[in-house]
Formats: sequence, C-alpha cells, structure tokens
Amino acid sequence: MTTLGDSFLTAWQLVAAADTQLGSIVWLSLRVSLAATLIACVVGMPVGALLAVGRFPGRRVLIVLFNGLMGLPPVVVGLLVYLLLSRAGPLGQFGLLFSPTAMIIAQAILVTPIVTALTRQVVADEWSEYREQLRSLGASRARAAATLLWDGRFSLTTAGLAGFGRAIAEVGAVMIVGGNIDGVTRVMTTTIALETSKGDLPLALALGFVLIAVVLSINAVAYALRGWAERRWG
Amino acid sequence: MISRRLFCSALAAAGLLGAGLTQAQERFITVSSTTSTEQSGFFGHLLPAFEKAAGIKVRVVALGTGQALDMARRGDADVVFVHDKAAEEKFVAESFGVRRQEVMYNDFVVVGPKADPAKAAGKDILEGLRRIEAAKAPFVSRGDKSGTHAAELRYWKVAGVDLDKARGPWYRDTGSGMGPALNTAASMNAYILADRGTWLAFKNRGNMGIVVEGDTKLFNQYGVILVNPAKHAHVKQADGQKFIDWLVSPEGQKAIAGYKIGGEQLFFPNASR
Repeated sequence: MTTLGDSFLTAWQLVAAADTQLGSIVWLSLRVSLAATLIACVVGMPVGALLAVGRFPGRRVLIVLFNGLMGLPPVVVGLLVYLLLSRAGPLGQFGLLFSPTAMIIAQAILVTPIVTALTRQVVADEWSEYREQLRSLGASRARAAATLLWDGRFSLTTAGLAGFGRAIAEVGAVMIVGGNIDGVTRVMTTTIALETSKGDLPLALALGFVLIAVVLSINAVAYALRGWAERRWG
Repeated sequence: MISRRLFCSALAAAGLLGAGLTQAQERFITVSSTTSTEQSGFFGHLLPAFEKAAGIKVRVVALGTGQALDMARRGDADVVFVHDKAAEEKFVAESFGVRRQEVMYNDFVVVGPKADPAKAAGKDILEGLRRIEAAKAPFVSRGDKSGTHAAELRYWKVAGVDLDKARGPWYRDTGSGMGPALNTAASMNAYILADRGTWLAFKNRGNMGIVVEGDTKLFNQYGVILVNPAKHAHVKQADGQKFIDWLVSPEGQKAIAGYKIGGEQLFFPNASR
C-alpha cells in the first residue's frame, strides 16, 4: 500500500509545486481533447438529430453503425490516421503526423460516433413527445431537428461530456499519431504510459490522480454552467 | 438563427484551440529511435546540449528498432538512431538510408531473480541461457522486433537452443517495450535480457538483479542513419546531417559519455568518423 500512499503524496506535491512542465502537458491534453470534442459536437449533433427525426433509406443501418462505432478501439483509429497522415500515405504531403493536429483528428474520429449516438437518443425521445405539435406548426424535418437540438441543449451537454471523457482518457490513438514527443505531443495519458514503462509506478499513478482531478473539475464546471444557464434561460 | 450561430462559434472555438497548437513553426528534425534511449533518460540529457549548440529542436519518437526503421521507411523521420546492425545495414542497402555511422555502445545484461533458481549467474551469456532453458525457469522476451529482441534471438540460436522446440509456458513473449517487459519480469520473478541503460534507470526492480554481465558477446552498438532524401524528398537533409555530425563530433561524444545514473556511465562513445 506504500505505492498508493506515495502516489497521493507525489500527486499533491506536483500540483502544489505548480510544476510548469506538468502544467504544459495538462494544458496540451485539454486543448487537444476539447478541440476534438468541439469538432465531434459540430458534426455529430446535427447528424444525430437528423437520424432521430429523419426518414430516409438506410437510416436504421446508420443508427446501428453509429451505436456500434461508440466502441471503436483507439489503437485502430490511431493506426488508420497514422497511415493516412504518414508521408507514404494519401495525406502525407501536409506533414501533419506527430503534431497536435493529428491527435485532434484521431480523437475527433473516435468521439464523433459517441456524440452522434447519444444526441440521436436525446432528440428521439423529444421527437416522440413533440412530434404532433411540431407537425401542426408545419415545421419541416430539418427545422424540427434544429428546434429539438436547441430544446434539448441542456441534456446534450452530457453527450459532449461523454465524448470529452473518452477523448481525454484515451492513450492508444494519440500515442501512435502523436509519437509522445517531449514538449510537442506529450499529453497526460502518454506521460503516464511512459512513466509506467520506466518502472516509476508511484509517479505514473500520481499523474493518473492529477488527470482524474482535471477531468472531475471540467465536469464540475460544466455542471455548474448548465445549472446557471438553465436558471437563466431554461 | 440561434443554432447556426452556435454552430459557427463552436467551429471557431475548435479552430482557435487548434490554431494555438500549430503556430510555433520552430526549426526541428524528427528522429525515430529506440525505447532504450528514451526510457533510460538519455535523450533528456543529450538533446538539450545539441539544441543549444545548433538551434535545432530534435523531436524523438521512441519505438522498437524494427518499428523505428519502418517509420523511417515510410518517410516519417529524418534520422534513425537505433541498435541492430544487421537491420540497419539492410536499411541502407535498400537505399532508404544514406550511410550508417556508429555512435556509441552499451551492453546487454541478463536480469533475473536474485535467488537465481536456474543457476545462470556468471559471465557467459550462452551458458546462462542454456541453464535457464534447462531449468525451464520463467523467461520474458520482448517479442517486439526491437534491437534487444533481435539480439536475444541471436543468443538463443548461438547457444544451440531451438526456441521453436523449447518454447513452453516458461518462455513468455510479451510484445512490449523494454520498460514494460521489465515490469512484467519483476512481477513474475522471471529472467530477461535488457540493455544496461534501461535497467539502470528502471525503478520497479522488485527482487531482481543482474545475473549475467561482462561477456564480449553482450556488446550493443548504436548506429545513426540519415534517411535518404532521394527516397523521400521532404527529409530535412541539412539539419539531420548536422545532428549526425554533432553526435560523432568530440563535443557530442563527450556529452554522450557524460550521462550517468548513480555514478555509472550508460553509453560509451565510439564514433566511426
């Protein structure tokens, strides 16, 4: 149990000392995962809403597809993006491999199905409730989808947070497309993996505690914001 | 329309987050190297000296030697810095690399339980391996096509142990880097072939110690190769060559010799100029 105790202590010391290197790693993790989540929301939420209210051939197949893709293995996504961005790959000319941009792309791919599937569920529930009302107002399906998205915006924060949680916790994809380069693409999870490799388990676990604390804080802020917004505009 | 405005501001925010990340257009080269040089803390010591001298940042991607060479074959690195002479020469022969230059060496050691149940202790790597096999004592293999893995397979072969036949539950192929494999060995009380550098820097030693060391066969040479610009036009030839020239220069060689853990030197410069 000494390791666990050591880790708590180390985690506390790291935070208390406001270690600048740790700070920049945490900041990079947040920027990459937030950017990926935002992209996923911009793409996934409209698609999810259209899947919920739309009627077109292949809709059911798409629903099953997005639900299934929630379980995309990060390593596979990483490998896919690696092969695409590699100099020998189709997008190699842009030289994006081993950059934070590559990490954002990989995480966005990973997270978009999660946001899409959860959004579809939220909007589908609303749709069954307000369907007649929206119809009687003569709203088109696209208009209905937009209205329901806006209407369900508070419930949809959970979809965004689920996506963000997946992105920030993931190591397989960012390790492959980022390369864990010190000071350039090293994020929290890859740092933890590296320290584990070095056999410094207490430090690795300490970094894990810091990561959990960061994720909890983000969720707390989101929860508070949501409550405030709901009182103000809800 | 509210949702469109929201949509646009979300896109803008994502753009801003991303833009902050790519703005720094610093001068850098990408080096694919091995887990042993990264996980032993060696690059953390060496690279700042070069970056200060040349004003070129070195971005290291640490993989097993096989993977590192593969990454360079795809054109994703400017310089390769690895330790598997046979594989490196093949790389150059296939004209993926310009020229191989030797930089430094360290040595392999066999690490195992201090109690040494297989009685493998000594100076002779081949005899040590034979005894481990005879005792069917647990042995952890990297199994990841790294330089260390290649060396291990060579030693078994020279020792006259046919792994295809001898392989059993005692031989554990982990498919992982040096550090993770050491973690596995420590928790299973197994023997393992490791490079001395990673072992010295390794913290989770448990009940393990060095069992075999000092055999001249355990010599482990590191080489550096510039990726051939004729194969991949975007290779940063000038800056990559600067890094190589610095590594084999007296200044670079001195910096290599200067890295120590607990007073013990990890890598020994022996550049061929």
